[in-house]
This record gives sequence, C-alpha cells and structure tokens, in this order.
Amino acid sequence: MSADNFNLEESIRSFDGDAIVTEGKQFTEITVHPEKLMALAMFLRDNSEMGFDFPACVSGVDYGNDLGVVYHLRSTKHNRTIVVKTRVSDRQNPVMESVTPVWPGAEYHEREIFDLFGIRFTNHPDLRRLFLDNSDGYPLRKDYSDDVNIVTK
Amino acid sequence: MEEHLKNSVTDGQEEYVLNIGPQHPSTHGVLRLVASLRGEIVTNIEPHIGYIHRGIEKMCESLTYPQIIHLTDRMDYLSAHINNEAVCLNVEKALEIDIPDRIKVIRTIMAELTRIQSHQLFWATFGMDLGGLTCFFYGLRDREKVLDIFEETCGGRMIVSYNCPGGLMHDIHPGFQKRVKEFIEYFRKTLPEYDQLLTGNVIFRERTMGIGKLTLGEAIAHGITGPTARASGFSCDVRKKEPYSAYDRIKFNEVLFTEGDTYHRYLVRMDEMRQSMDIIEQLIDNIPEGPYAVKMKPIIRLPEGEYYQRVETARGELGVYIISDGNKNPYRVKFRSPNFVNLSVLNMLSKGFKIADLIAISGSLDLIIPDIDR
Repeated sequence: MSADNFNLEESIRSFDGDAIVTEGKQFTEITVHPEKLMALAMFLRDNSEMGFDFPACVSGVDYGNDLGVVYHLRSTKHNRTIVVKTRVSDRQNPVMESVTPVWPGAEYHEREIFDLFGIRFTNHPDLRRLFLDNSDGYPLRKDYSDDVNIVTK
Repeated sequence: MEEHLKNSVTDGQEEYVLNIGPQHPSTHGVLRLVASLRGEIVTNIEPHIGYIHRGIEKMCESLTYPQIIHLTDRMDYLSAHINNEAVCLNVEKALEIDIPDRIKVIRTIMAELTRIQSHQLFWATFGMDLGGLTCFFYGLRDREKVLDIFEETCGGRMIVSYNCPGGLMHDIHPGFQKRVKEFIEYFRKTLPEYDQLLTGNVIFRERTMGIGKLTLGEAIAHGITGPTARASGFSCDVRKKEPYSAYDRIKFNEVLFTEGDTYHRYLVRMDEMRQSMDIIEQLIDNIPEGPYAVKMKPIIRLPEGEYYQRVETARGELGVYIISDGNKNPYRVKFRSPNFVNLSVLNMLSKGFKIADLIAISGSLDLIIPDIDR
C-alpha cells in the first residue's frame, strides 16, 4: 500500500509541479491552485494509473480568510481515495471552475456550495441556489450573522 | 373551437408544466418536482428542494460531538442507527479508541435491523405508489415488530440515538436476543409472502421492468451508491469495501444485478433483507461479554485535523467529514448524504417515460427528503 501511494504522489508531482502533495492521516491530499484544478481533474479521471472516476464528496469550507472546496474522489478500479483541496482568497467574489463536466455527480454538490458559501462555479450547467431561494448572505460562512434566528458566529 | 384544440395540452405538441408536490403522497415528504410534459411523456424534471432544510451542518458547528449524534437521527430517519454509527466511528477513529467486541457486534445487529425495517417500509410504500395498498399494511405490520425491539432496548422507536462516542447509551435489554430470534423466525416465513404479493405480480412487473435504466458508467460518474447503484452492477457496498464494526468477521453476499432498471432496484432491496437476516443470525448467539461503553472524557475534543468516515446506510454511502480545530465543537461538518446524490439522476432516468413511470422511478430511488435537505 505504501509503495503504491508513493507512486501516486510521484506521478501527481510530475504532472503538476506546483501542486502540494502530502500524506494525510487517512488519504493522500493534493492542494492545487484553482486555475489548475480543471487540468488536474481531467488527469485524475483519465489517467489509467489514477482512474478517480467516482466523486464521493464535495465540501465547501470557510477557512477564515479563504474559502475552499474539498473533493473526496475515489477510484473504483484501484479502490483508493484521494483528497483534492483548492481555495480562493477573494471573499467578495469567489470564483472557481466547475468540475461538473468531469464528474457529473458534482453538480448538486456545487449548487449546494454556491448556495451556502457563495462560491461561483464557472461552466456549471445550472448554477442556481438550491435550498434557500430568497435569502441574503451565505449561512455556512463563519462571518454570517442573523439576529432573528439567533445564529452566532 | 379549432383554435382552442390547437393549443390544448392533449395534442402532444406543446410543453405542459405540472407541479408535483411538495405535498403529494408519492414524493414521500416535501419534495417538489416540476415536471415538463409533452402529452403524457416526461421531457424534464426539475426537483425543488429545501422545504425541510434545517441547517444541520451549521448547527453542528456550535454543538459538541455527543450532541451531534442526535441531529444525525433526523437526517435519514429510517437509517437513524447507522447515521449515529457514522459519527461515532469517526470520533472514535480520531481519538484512536479501541472499541470492545461487544459494542461492535451490538452495533452491527442494530444496523442490520435498521436496514430490514427501512427496506420493509420501502416495500410497503413502493407497492402503494404502484397501486397495491395491501403491501402497505403487510409492510408496516412487520416493521412494527422491529420497532418494538428498538423500543425495548433503545427507548426510541425511530429516532433511536442509541450510539454514543465510545459505545452505546446503555446495555441491551435482557430479552433482546430472544426477541430478535423470534423476529427472524417470523420474518423468514413472511418474506416469501412479499414475493407472492408483489414480485411476481404481472402488473407490477409490467410497470417496473425496463423502466428508468441506469447504466454502470452513469452510476459511477454521478456518484450513485446503495441499492440503486448495485442494481446497475456497481459494487459499492462499504460493508465489503471498507469493513467497519463487525462486518469483517461475518459472511454475506453483496447483492448485485446488471440490469439497472426499476425492477432490479426493487430486487436488490428484497435480497438485502435476506442477507441482513443472515448477518443477524451469525451474530445474535455470539454477543461477547464486556462493557457496553468505553469510559470517555466528559468533554470530547478531537485532535486538530480532518477525518472522513463512510458507512453503508439503507440507501447508500453516508460520508461524515469532520474538520476539527481542537475544540469541543467541530470547525466544519459535512454530511455526504446518499439521497442528495441519488436525487440528481431522477431527471436523467425519467426522461422519455410516462408520468406514471416517474412515480415508479422516484419510488425505486427510495428517497428520504430530510436526508436530501439536511
């Protein structure tokens, strides 16, 4: 398993030299610049050694200064999981590219993140608010406050 | 008159938009489907969700880990026990606690009982959706017996909250093993009745076979899990792929079909009830002695880091992603709920079929709306 993972890390590094590849507690983690996300996503899905074809989970995270998206991807062929992280620092107008063209399963997850974190995904087929139709602000952000419904930071 | 006929919805030339739900018996909760129709043929389905969005992920950020357990019951209320287990396993993994075998075995038995009662309710409502009201009475009659077992041991019938980080809330009831064995004996006899009533029924087969086909490639690309994916041949059972609790020591088969239509999604669940009974029979006489809970610190703080745990609920893979900053409440919790993802293929599956088939397809996805909205 460890030799396997070593191989995985090396091939990701050789694909994108700027990507930070670390061995997390559970999974191999890749931190990538949002502009290079799409290229990496294509590589992770289409490369036969990678084969990450199953979008397990897409989560939005508010890191305080930055807004981030975390992708848990699984390879059904090799039965391994990888974590891809990306973050943007512009809280007023956070934009990143949608991975829905690569993994159609990300569509609803990205709509949820747009709804609750306000991150806009370009090239998304149907980017509308998912749960909260008529709402101001993005409730899962840490700086969100609502005096009426008593949500504290 | 002629002008009127030309614009009439019956001519099949113009698109006609029909609103199904949020209050509709076949949507099993507050799901609203905006269906575009051409005559009787579905051209597009747009799900509107959020009617029961409670912001559970936001609430978790201000609650402690033992408190979060009680919120997870209220996501997929038919898999309440398995949802609890997901959070408990994640917390225990983060704290690197070894869980005694007794707890693992009891959790597994409880999880399989949960799966049986969930599939019973699926069978009951699926039959009802397709016009067989008898199924509803049979299914609920048998499900009641499982709920009685839950009530005796957990105190709750549906919202059990029986797991807590480090073990169980309290020990099993002295009559638990006897009651479970009685139920298995009873249900082994009644499950063939289910097949006689519905599985072999000609009308039922006509209405489900070849309807709403999901291919293996589509299932993987859309992230579909659970019985819905296994009907398409996608081997995704977390109990096999990444065994947790006592699943590594028992023998059972992962139910797989390749057809991927509504009928086979139904068959997967029928066979899973038999597998669940096999699992329970292997364990019920071998519950090891020992404590029912590990002593935990009064305030649970997870070490800084990120933790991901997945479990197999009755509807698919539930992922719990916790980011901890070392405090007693999590920094961020994300629940990757199976229904949320499974809903995304409803439009794709029902395009080109009749509106009555839409009900069969959405019934076979076995959607639980509070799990979609969270």
